[in-house]
Amino acid sequence: MSVEIDTSAFTEEAYELLSELEASLLELEESPDDQDLIGRVFRAMHTIKGSGAMFGFDEVAEFTHEVETIFDMARNKTISVSKTLIDLTLAARDQIRSMLDAAAGGEPADKNNAQKIIQGLRALAPGAGGAPKDSGGGSAKKPPAQASVDEPHVYRVRIKPNQDIFANGTNPLLLLGELRDIGEDCQIIAQYEGLPPLEKLDPEQCYTSWEVFLTTKQSENAIRDVFIFVDDQCELNIRLLDREEVLGNDVQKLGNILVQRGDIKEEVLEQALKPIGDRLVESGVVSSSQVKAALAEQNAIKAKRDKKVQAESATSVRVPSEKLDGLVDLVGELVTVQARLNQTASTRQDHDLQLIAEEVERLTGELRDNTMSIRMLAIGTTFNKFKRLVRDLSTELGKQIEMTTEGADTELDKTVIDQLNDPLVHIIRNSIDHGIETPDVRIAHGKNPQGLVHLSAIHSGASVLIRVEDDGKGLDPNALTRKAIEKGHLPPDAQLTDKEAFMLIFGAGFSMAEKITNVSGRGVGMDVVRRSIDALRGSIEVASELGKGTTITLKLPLTLAIIEGLLVKVADELFVLPLAAVEECVELSRTDIANAHNRHVINVRDEIVPYIRIRDRFDIPGEAPEIEQIVISDVDSKRTGFVVDSVIGQHQTVIKSLGKNFEHSEEFSGATILGDGTVALILDLSKMVRYVEAEEEDLSESVAA
Amino acid sequence: MSVEGINEPTQFLTFHLGNEVFAVEIARVREVLEYTKVTKVPRTPDFMLGVINLRGSVVPLVDMRAKFSMPQTKATVNTCFIIMEVLNEEGGQTVVGAMADSVREVFELQPDNVEKPPKIGTKLRADYLRGMGKHEGKFIMILDTDKIFSAHELRSIQQGQGADAD
Repeated sequence: MSVEIDTSAFTEEAYELLSELEASLLELEESPDDQDLIGRVFRAMHTIKGSGAMFGFDEVAEFTHEVETIFDMARNKTISVSKTLIDLTLAARDQIRSMLDAAAGGEPADKNNAQKIIQGLRALAPGAGGAPKDSGGGSAKKPPAQASVDEPHVYRVRIKPNQDIFANGTNPLLLLGELRDIGEDCQIIAQYEGLPPLEKLDPEQCYTSWEVFLTTKQSENAIRDVFIFVDDQCELNIRLLDREEVLGNDVQKLGNILVQRGDIKEEVLEQALKPIGDRLVESGVVSSSQVKAALAEQNAIKAKRDKKVQAESATSVRVPSEKLDGLVDLVGELVTVQARLNQTASTRQDHDLQLIAEEVERLTGELRDNTMSIRMLAIGTTFNKFKRLVRDLSTELGKQIEMTTEGADTELDKTVIDQLNDPLVHIIRNSIDHGIETPDVRIAHGKNPQGLVHLSAIHSGASVLIRVEDDGKGLDPNALTRKAIEKGHLPPDAQLTDKEAFMLIFGAGFSMAEKITNVSGRGVGMDVVRRSIDALRGSIEVASELGKGTTITLKLPLTLAIIEGLLVKVADELFVLPLAAVEECVELSRTDIANAHNRHVINVRDEIVPYIRIRDRFDIPGEAPEIEQIVISDVDSKRTGFVVDSVIGQHQTVIKSLGKNFEHSEEFSGATILGDGTVALILDLSKMVRYVEAEEEDLSESVAA
Repeated sequence: MSVEGINEPTQFLTFHLGNEVFAVEIARVREVLEYTKVTKVPRTPDFMLGVINLRGSVVPLVDMRAKFSMPQTKATVNTCFIIMEVLNEEGGQTVVGAMADSVREVFELQPDNVEKPPKIGTKLRADYLRGMGKHEGKFIMILDTDKIFSAHELRSIQQGQGADAD
């Protein structure tokens, strides 16, 4: 393993920890007394610091150490969690991130900013009085000296490393040295009874365990922190010895001393203790049920701890996403081959072969679903990022905004989630900047001064619907249309439905903002949204009520690699239409065409639906059949028909890129390989409609001129 | 009189278009396939024959006759697809197929036997050629595949056609 791989593992982990940190901090802001959350923040900081120092990110480690120090005080309740603390820690989190970015070749992090954050944090420490304290010269490894409050305690620390601890490069002696450093008095007794006879001794194994009697002012947490990286590699048992209840128990103390001196083993002690328990019962000091209860309690705690350790080690596996991509490609090929097998089997009239083909089909389907599910991630992490965005933006714009989320556990393909970030940022910014009013305006309109942004995700068939709702001032369709005409995006006599008017906000260079702020108003954002969603083969819908609010719904496919398609035929050419967009198929006869005076529209249950003839659009030679089929689809919230010769049926479509050479063939989103090994093109319906619209517009303009 | 990039004995694959013989460097040729059904991609230049399935990946095919503005012929039993690896503008590798009337042989040329292409008289754009090879008393045109099959070259005509709606 090369050094570079190691560093990337660290940065990857650190980025993850940072986003976790951010989420915890934002939660902490809501419930500042939650010790669990404070613990989480602390652990994240500690891990970044520790592994940062290990991988040579000294700057990161030193800086993080300062932040950690303050949070340790919060953990020990020396200081309380205030908004200033959270603000500063969030700033610190950003600073760590930019330090990491800088290490990865990005812009260098601002050192003055780091200094400012540290000074701000130090000012929070009790007794600091605003004056920065001496940091002690980069003693990143030493836990903070301010952590304790009262007099020293005596702890018994039992450390029993796993035998293979050396394999991880851990030197237990260093850990013991660290322990010695934090205490005033420290006695270390090594336990050798694990040592095998010399001929069986493996020098690469650790057979020794230790007992440490440590007198220190530090808390138990500080001791645990020494072992934070070897948590799962050794048994650690820490006990405070000078508490009343411990001192008071003579029997146990005797046993302890014996164990400590190595006179008897723990098992022997336990055995010896059992009859004591029985004898206690006999003498009537305690009842047998009490002893049983105590034992049960001990077992329960033990079991819970074991379970927790097990769960922690088995929850997740980190795999580079390229490996997953490779797996998905292979599954895609398998699906294609399986389709061929099915086709061959059905023409062969061989019963046995058909049985095998069916079995392979079932397995392939399961394999495909499983593989796809591996790539699925909960959208929650993305949602958490927006909490921060909303918090920062609302402060900047002087608005009070609460953000609520729903369906954070909804799963989406990793690629989709990655590419969803930017469009969502733009939409949310837009909602906050243009949608939600300032508190005084809201009060004047009889609304709650605090605005609401609601982010939700739900599954709907093979798609996921992501909604951004706000209770702001809403969109005015008439104003939008006027603006579009003013800017020349629309002819002066354009008549738009409300829905169509709302879609105008996604036009390039279209902005309703009176002035340009650094948040939005340049008319770039929503255009980007539309393009990104197109690239994801998704669609956008806008609903809005003037004065009440706006809802933007993104409809996205669950996955990008395999879609359900509808296979259609025009002359000898086969095409695939995304089934998710298809609503119905109706027939188109020659009389229908005559009735519509050769105009490309058809009456479907009293609704006028325009259609595009694929044969004409793609210049496919040959005569159209007497009765053609129109596949009616929902394209950008408009019903549009696509005329084909015949509809063949549903097809599991593995999407293959057409490559750079066909980059300009935007009407196709890719190609797929059919059962017989030939290639069929996948139509990008929304692009096709837009091209045809634009071309017809050019035509009508040239006729008018 | 050698040509840049051909400094040592190099093997070439020759193919026919009508009576003319062309050569491509064998190191770039991945395989030669028999003629199969091609899926035409609508609204692309004429010389873009379409795409085929090459063991699960979609590979674009170029009609060499159309690319060199030669008259069209019917596919015969000898018609074949030469699948090649070409370097694209970004330095990456893409796979492209070329349809030829037939493939002939693989032979080795000494650098001395390769000359710079003449600026006129080849009926081809000079930048399509890497050089002229002398083999058994005949001249063979050695093609610059990276140039001919660059994505930019293959898209060039399209911009006037499909992208006017932008």
